[in-house]
Amino acid sequence: MSNFLLLPIIIPFFFGMILMFGQKQLKYQRITTLLGLIISIICAFVLIVDVYENGPQTVTFGSWPVPFGITMVSDMVSALLVLTTLVLTFFIVWYGFGSIGKERERFFFYPGVMFIVTGVNGAFTTGDIFNLFVFFEVLLMASYLLIVLGGEKAQLRESIKYILINVISSALFVITVAYLYSVIGTLNMADISVKIAEINQPGILTVIAILFLLVFGMKAAIFPLYFWLPSAYAAPPIPVLALFGALLTKVGVYAIMRTYTLFFTHDLSYTHELLLVLAIITIVAGSIGALAHFDVKQIIIYNIVIAVGVILYGVAQMNEVALEGAVFYLIHDMIIKAALFMLIGIVIYVTGTTNLRKMGGLMKKYPALGWFYLIAALGLAGVPPLSGFIGKLLIVQGGFQAGNNWTSIFILASSLVVLLSVIRIFIYAFWGEQGQLSNEMNKTTYNHLFVPTILLVLLSILYGVGTEIIMPFMDEASKVLSDPSVYNDAVLKGGE
Amino acid sequence: MKVNNVILQFTAKIVFFIIFFFAVNIFFAGHYTPGGGFVGGLVTASAIVLLIIAFDLNTVQKLLPINYIFVVAVGLILSLGTASFSMFVGQPFFTHFFDYFYLPLFGKTSLHTAALFDLGVYLVVVGVTMTIIQTIGEDE
Repeated sequence: MSNFLLLPIIIPFFFGMILMFGQKQLKYQRITTLLGLIISIICAFVLIVDVYENGPQTVTFGSWPVPFGITMVSDMVSALLVLTTLVLTFFIVWYGFGSIGKERERFFFYPGVMFIVTGVNGAFTTGDIFNLFVFFEVLLMASYLLIVLGGEKAQLRESIKYILINVISSALFVITVAYLYSVIGTLNMADISVKIAEINQPGILTVIAILFLLVFGMKAAIFPLYFWLPSAYAAPPIPVLALFGALLTKVGVYAIMRTYTLFFTHDLSYTHELLLVLAIITIVAGSIGALAHFDVKQIIIYNIVIAVGVILYGVAQMNEVALEGAVFYLIHDMIIKAALFMLIGIVIYVTGTTNLRKMGGLMKKYPALGWFYLIAALGLAGVPPLSGFIGKLLIVQGGFQAGNNWTSIFILASSLVVLLSVIRIFIYAFWGEQGQLSNEMNKTTYNHLFVPTILLVLLSILYGVGTEIIMPFMDEASKVLSDPSVYNDAVLKGGE
Repeated sequence: MKVNNVILQFTAKIVFFIIFFFAVNIFFAGHYTPGGGFVGGLVTASAIVLLIIAFDLNTVQKLLPINYIFVVAVGLILSLGTASFSMFVGQPFFTHFFDYFYLPLFGKTSLHTAALFDLGVYLVVVGVTMTIIQTIGEDE
């Protein structure tokens, strides 16, 4: 019993509530938001140390005995993801001061951000499948607000699609949980895992596993369910896009990771084989999109799809090395996607266009921006000292261990496509003749946008260079994922 | 042509209180019989909506000068406060407490902190419903 693991969820929630007062006072809104995020970051950091020293932490609401109450479980995977979420939100909110616009800030932008963080952190921490659904809805409701806030024509059009897709997938989620409940008779995730192992996953549970893949795949944008993502993510302003790109699809990926390592581990030749095939096609689909577009936003958005494929490929291997790589790559991808969206946000701000063909020659005027973009791009592709390297290396190593040689080579080859797609932005926007420049450029706003972005890129460099320091935490995380009994024991026996 | 709403307005004045007290009854009965914060909140909101139908939006806003967004926020804070109170006394989050008290008029009564949580739910439901109806109603 330790309530401490709830603080990274409760604190943003509380600050979201008090932000509902004084909606017109920008200073109050901004300072309170940052303060709330800083306190949560400190708590999340202490939580990681605690989990590292004492193993997974659990708390069951209302002093009920374990399978009957809602259990919140913070193992290393969720603790790391919670910290990453909060840190990224901190930088994105800071970045948003310069670019989101006063009108939006006055109309519940910050409460929306805080509630989305509540939902994401709750989804990462919960140990109850229906509670996971509730937290999904919390983050989705907040994301509906953020996607439509501002009321531009494109935002209204895309939010209708986005809401429609998510309402359907949420209904499917409820139906799937209903099936699972009628077969297993419990909602506690550890209890489900134990009971599935007892009855050795008959056919109906494999069907439920595929249904879960459908539900979470729609949230995480895997092939053939990613169709809504490119246009929906292009609609909101850059800080919201960065928040979505860094956090939302990753919750779906985490949910697939959790269910496929904890529940459905007894018919690998079907479920995980399917996951592997879908992951590969997802990478192909994302690569095609990333190469086809000349719109900077779209290129990075399709890179989200590629990364989802790579992470799920790691999950599909089901060995400790690949799972460790998947966690490594997941966190790397959250950081680098936020950084890249912020960087191209600056490029769009400076040039006033999203069309690559109209840009050019930014290197002469903005050398620092150019070099940091190059570093982030190389980090995304996985060039050795940078952050994307070790995750992909472990995933591929795990792939070879599991005997999937050809597909592993394919994953390596896909890095080239990723590199090509982001370097194309670099070549078109930063090299060559001077292209279009925006007239509304203003040096202070530029600096406002520049500072948090650079800090985030530096953080991603640290994540790559400091692999040795992070490694023990990742080991812990992959141990939990590859051996469900660690999780189950922590919940069913450790929780008094 | 001016429509005379005498009967509607007169009935609404009386029926408003009947509905409102019914809502309070539902709210307090929730622990032992069907009902609770959610239904109570909806019924309260419907009583206010009846007033809006019988009179108009501005009159009702003058009558009940409430910022419903603050009602939502207060409700949320109350619910979270009730749930997290147990954290400060070393119990898991959401642990509720109850005991029997001898109150002057009611005699032996069981008081439960779940009622405070329900009050939060009640306020949120009233606030959200009224915010929706007011914003759509005010929209030209």
